Amino acid sequence: MKLTLRVWRQKNADADGAMSTYEVDGISPDMSFLEMLDTLNEELILKGEDPVAFDHDCREGICGACSLVINGDAHGPERTTTCQLHMRSFEDGDTIDVEPWRASAFPVVKDLVVDRSAFDRIVQAGGYITAPTGSAPEAHATPVPKPDADLAFEHAECIGCGACVAACPNGAAMLFTSAKVNHLNVLPQGAPERETRVLDMVAQMDEEGFGGCTLAGECATACPKGIPLTSITGMNKEWLRATRKAAKR
Amino acid sequence: MARTIWDSTVGKKTVMAVSGLIMLLYLVVHMIGNLKIFFGAGEFNHYAHWLRTVGEPFMHEEWTLWIVRVVLVVAVVAHGVSAYQLSRRDIRARPSKYVHKKPRASYATRTMRWGGVILALFIVWHLLDLTTGTVHSGGFETGKPYQNVVDTFSTWYGNVIYIVAMLAVGLHVRHGFWSAAQTLGVGSRARDRALKTTANALALLLTAGFLAVPVAVMTGVVS
Repeated sequence: MKLTLRVWRQKNADADGAMSTYEVDGISPDMSFLEMLDTLNEELILKGEDPVAFDHDCREGICGACSLVINGDAHGPERTTTCQLHMRSFEDGDTIDVEPWRASAFPVVKDLVVDRSAFDRIVQAGGYITAPTGSAPEAHATPVPKPDADLAFEHAECIGCGACVAACPNGAAMLFTSAKVNHLNVLPQGAPERETRVLDMVAQMDEEGFGGCTLAGECATACPKGIPLTSITGMNKEWLRATRKAAKR
Repeated sequence: MARTIWDSTVGKKTVMAVSGLIMLLYLVVHMIGNLKIFFGAGEFNHYAHWLRTVGEPFMHEEWTLWIVRVVLVVAVVAHGVSAYQLSRRDIRARPSKYVHKKPRASYATRTMRWGGVILALFIVWHLLDLTTGTVHSGGFETGKPYQNVVDTFSTWYGNVIYIVAMLAVGLHVRHGFWSAAQTLGVGSRARDRALKTTANALALLLTAGFLAVPVAVMTGVVS
């Protein structure tokens, strides 16, 4: 396959960026999108140019490191992560636009790499269970109803890639935060910190400068792990419940 | 608690949802009241007069009306201020646009902000036209709402402003009602279809019900 790439190049956080055009040839339809970018970078290095910086790690669709807005879609045209997107999703001769996640809470570090540590701080605000760890407990010690376990697992699938923020017209992190809140709040292990968790995580989310939710639904469409839009409804419910409880105390 | 709500994006959305639902309830009542115009001047004017005497003798004349007006003003201001502050925040959160643009979300969702601005301007004109009579086209007469309504819809601009605003109401309610349910945490996968259907039905009924009046005046059914 022969492709024309228009890639966002930006030297550092302070520099102005722009789209640069590159031609790549000899691309196999079985390559992943990242392997196609590797091919481009090899050529750039041989020519003595600066390779395109992009985030990647496991390349198995489970770590949440890869990002990229491809032709205006977070993670490209298929509902998966960029590393699991294959070049067969494109046609020979296509022009492909590659851009970084765009949100003021995710500043560009270089080219297509953005700083997503705002997500880490949201998790630090309450996305965990404060309990002595140690060896795994007896599986029957704390029974969890099947529907609750399913709901928790559905939300636990979030890999924190940030596609929800990238797709949201308001740069909101509601889907990410709600996945973390619902995952833990539905389980008995998360119950003791149920109220503080949602209040603290939402407060941190606002603190980081993410936008608010207008229920456009773009996040859930972009999410490679299929976190549903009702997750946000669930978090709103938890937040209102926690606010009422806090007022009574 | 009030502080927690007002300082949070989720809380401000709650304010928007509750104030929006109050205004929506008022719109439904208002629309049904408007339709009395089809029973003639006598019944319509009598209904308009009754609005001033609701609750008597417990309530003094116009007390109920003023309570409704105060609640509505609070709702409109709370809705508008929250929307303004949230929109400012949203625009700051996404300062640079994507080079590769794609049409996103439904028309109703994308027009919430400007639709809201149109509605706010419409409310001002509507009150000056038919409540105070300040910008009324014919000779405004207090206590003769039937004739006042016919006068307004006998001008081309009266019809244009009204029709545009009522289409905006329909679009606003379509996304707004469903969104309010999500914000208040009452939406769920099982209820989603029912909520969307209700939102569409409310939007359609309100727009059709309100537009029936100018259409009737234009076609001569009401004169």
